[in-house]
Amino acid sequence: MSFIREILRAIRITLIFWLVTAIIYPLAILVVGQGLFPIQANGSIMENIEGTPIGSTLISQVFTSEKYFHSRPSAVRYSQGRKAKPTGISGGSNLAPSNPALLERIIEEANQLRDENVQPIADLIYSSGSGLDPHISVQAARQQLERVARARGVQPDEILLAINKFTDGRFLGIFGEPGVNVLRLNYALDLQDINRQQN
Amino acid sequence: MGQGLLQIGLTLCIVIAITPVLGRYIARVFLGERTILDRVMNPIERSVYVISGVRPKDEMTGWQYIRAILYTNLFMGILVYSLIYFQRLLPWNPNGLGVPSWDIVLHTVISFVTNTDQQHYAGETTLSYFSQVAALGFLMFTSAATGLAVGIAFIRGLTGRKLGNFYVDLTRGITRILLPISVIGAIALVLLGVPQTIGETLTITTLEGGTQYIARGPVASFEMIKMLGENGGGFFAANSAHPFENPNGLTNLIETIAMIAIPAAMIYTYGVFAKNIKQAWLLFWMVFIVFVILVWVAAGGELQGNPLVNGTLGIEQPNLEGKEVRFGWAETALWAVMTTATMCGAVNGMHDSLMPQGLFATLFNLFLQIIWGGQGTGTAYLFIYLILTVFLTGLMVGRTPEIFGRKIEKREIVLASLILLIHPIVVLIPSAIALAYPFSLSGISNPSFHGISQVVYEYASASANNGSGLEGLTDNSLWWNLSTSLSILTGRYVPIIAMLLLADSMSRKQTVPQTPGTLKTDSLIFTTVTAGIVLILGVLTFFPVLALGPIAEGFKLASGS
Repeated sequence: MSFIREILRAIRITLIFWLVTAIIYPLAILVVGQGLFPIQANGSIMENIEGTPIGSTLISQVFTSEKYFHSRPSAVRYSQGRKAKPTGISGGSNLAPSNPALLERIIEEANQLRDENVQPIADLIYSSGSGLDPHISVQAARQQLERVARARGVQPDEILLAINKFTDGRFLGIFGEPGVNVLRLNYALDLQDINRQQN
Repeated sequence: MGQGLLQIGLTLCIVIAITPVLGRYIARVFLGERTILDRVMNPIERSVYVISGVRPKDEMTGWQYIRAILYTNLFMGILVYSLIYFQRLLPWNPNGLGVPSWDIVLHTVISFVTNTDQQHYAGETTLSYFSQVAALGFLMFTSAATGLAVGIAFIRGLTGRKLGNFYVDLTRGITRILLPISVIGAIALVLLGVPQTIGETLTITTLEGGTQYIARGPVASFEMIKMLGENGGGFFAANSAHPFENPNGLTNLIETIAMIAIPAAMIYTYGVFAKNIKQAWLLFWMVFIVFVILVWVAAGGELQGNPLVNGTLGIEQPNLEGKEVRFGWAETALWAVMTTATMCGAVNGMHDSLMPQGLFATLFNLFLQIIWGGQGTGTAYLFIYLILTVFLTGLMVGRTPEIFGRKIEKREIVLASLILLIHPIVVLIPSAIALAYPFSLSGISNPSFHGISQVVYEYASASANNGSGLEGLTDNSLWWNLSTSLSILTGRYVPIIAMLLLADSMSRKQTVPQTPGTLKTDSLIFTTVTAGIVLILGVLTFFPVLALGPIAEGFKLASGS
């Protein structure tokens, strides 16, 4: 008898806390989040001037064109292409430092960077943990500055201003590392080009 | 380098500052004293007790407490298994995900019921939002509160009190500690950029015309309890390295503090229960010093970088493989050591790509289980070592060992030994089996010494209820799902049962009056001896594995081959 009573008690308390922590709690955060901070709550989606979504400010994209700053290497191709369909993916290479495949990949990347006249800086040769890293280091952006300026036919100084503008600093100047938001920077440069053509 | 160390140092200063505050609060909650949330929570708790038929005044014996844990955990497991199994029929499944295979669901449920949160699936491609939030998110609260309850019951028994009532402890853990902090933290995370939406994966055309799939979901509510409850199971495959789980330096700080706050505070909570704050601080500093050394080892390795890469390219760069620019080497190394120390298991950089020094520090934590240790249970492990130290030092001087005025006898030593022996047994034996069949079973993805680390890490993480992993390992196979499930279950419930029985028998003992000859356990020298015994026991058991894995890999890298 007491055995059944103990079981019933366990079942009832489980159901009560299921209601509280699994339904009420996330719904409350959903309501508050969507109500107060709708932009962040929906994934910090960036739109172009026509209002079409072009990405998220927190997630970078694959850039190969000369006129764009290039993102870091990614094991998941920035959740683009067939493999990412339909839900999206994330993750790192999970290559150990002693794995010969890692060294091979890095040598290839470094050679390619050197062909483009870019120094092999850590964040440009190592792939990110999420495969979606929105940033490159300030140094890595400076290295690509000349190429982008040439491809766009503008003064490097102008682009330098944009780099500074889209550099996310440390919290309180202490926690985290500064990084240049690649997607926001590239899109801002595109917008500048459009403005210039219109004038 | 200085900037990196400053970040680590300041983060640890915040931890030290909040430890006494939170520790005292937790103690007041479980001692039933007045706390600030009384006015809101008292009526809520009363209705929980009435509806569930719990009489809060009823004290439980050791076995009653154990049964209550096992029954609730079993029922939670069944409930969550069915929720995931029927996710196709349930709401909040905008991406239309179907049923995962039975062994991955079983492993996932066992892993989340036990606060382990080892994941052999990728969140975004496998589970619906409802499965994430209402199935796994639910277990994140209850498994953390269960651990907390065990820790508190253990402290009660050790300090001569009755064990208390599991349902009351579970309730108060959720309503007074986990839920309020999670609500505040989750709202802060949304403000800082963590999504909380039930909208489907967004498909967009990139600037260069490619198609990008942006996975989203109700992440913020999930993320906060994931960190605070030492759960660590990521919403996305990349866990806290994903910009949607951890978008900037401030969210990283919040999540780091949330991860370590309760395990650090529990030591202070013990001090309040035992009315011996001095001993609590001594134990705190003992753990803290070992922790700082491990952070130093790991951070040094990452900062130095990969000698193979640096040598070949002729550069001096830190190792950023598997790391995010916004965290860098320092925050990632700190997180890696902390997440394995506190049995959280969330990662903000990929552990498989850590330098051997980082792998050494993380494995070391998983082996010892007391450098902070899991939610509630970590503190209990710490006192198991304390009891063992009393016993050994008692043998040395030829006196009956006693702790807190109670004699330690055969039963206590048997239980303590059982608790400490289970871990190596369920880590090393299955590792040996998996390594014996490197092609059919092990699923190793990185060759040589690192492959050994991958296998051992997986079982150590399972048995220690940590949940992080060297994720290159091909672990979604029948063998891995079932064998780690066994390690998880044994590593969780056998020690919990033994701890509660031990606490029960301690609480029933007559106290013996203190004499000048009584061994004082709150002295610096005793704490130092404890640290020595912890290290010797841990090193003796696991050193061969450390030598074969990270140490050998480190030498290999240093030799440049």
